[in-house]
Amino acid sequence: MPVNTKAIGKTFEPTLYAVGREKIKEYARAVGETNPIHLDVQAAREAGFSDVVAPPMFAVVYSSPSVAPAMFDQDVEMNFAMMVHGGQQFEWGPLVVAGDEITTTTSVKDISEKDGRGYYLFESVSVNQRGEEVCRGTWTNIVRGV
Amino acid sequence: MTDFSVGAQIPEVRVTPDKYLTNRYAGASGDFNPIHIDEEFAKAVGLPGRILHGLWTMAQVARAQTDAAGGPQTLKRLSVQFRGMGVPEQEVIVRGTVLEAGDGRVLVDTVAEQADKQIIRNAQAELKL
Repeated sequence: MPVNTKAIGKTFEPTLYAVGREKIKEYARAVGETNPIHLDVQAAREAGFSDVVAPPMFAVVYSSPSVAPAMFDQDVEMNFAMMVHGGQQFEWGPLVVAGDEITTTTSVKDISEKDGRGYYLFESVSVNQRGEEVCRGTWTNIVRGV
Repeated sequence: MTDFSVGAQIPEVRVTPDKYLTNRYAGASGDFNPIHIDEEFAKAVGLPGRILHGLWTMAQVARAQTDAAGGPQTLKRLSVQFRGMGVPEQEVIVRGTVLEAGDGRVLVDTVAEQADKQIIRNAQAELKL
């Protein structure tokens, strides 16, 4: 059965994520960061930042509230039981620090089929409260047996 | 200072995710997919047991770059392909080799391995030094 491509280009309502100091520290500890600018507000300030700095991969945290509903959207028709996360790309702009407010907009970039597998590409664009693009994510999900 | 000339290896990152790591990462990231935190569920869907979050492993690949290059501001782009499955309580080793270097920009080719099996491959990191 061919994949349904009608959702290509669909863009979802933006989500707003308020970045908290303790959330950054919790995330940094879970991924094993040892750089004190992620863990200690005093160290971050001595390094010239206004608050603790989010590790780059914290992009997962502020963009997921936007990306997850897009992946579950009925028009996308993605079969989660047969899905694997095949690939991921992030491109980063200015660093994110505690206190920032990040708005993320997700769209369906492409849906295609090759050799019985469906390829679902989503793009998330995250901007801070100054309108600067802090991260652009490309999320590739592969569904077997389409 | 890390050597970022073409062909140089960046310092390895070695980390052994403990038994409860996937629970902590689930809480920190918001990804509570039961394949990562529920042994019975994971086995019921044909997995060997609970598996690591791919994005946690990608964070280890990212950390190898930012530790080598001197901080989070250096990492401008990272793309990875997830292959196989990582599991808790086995050492993950991240290795990177400089592919290209010039004009303060460096491209590092990176893999993450567990028990001699690649769980992330074709990872490319673009660093601004």
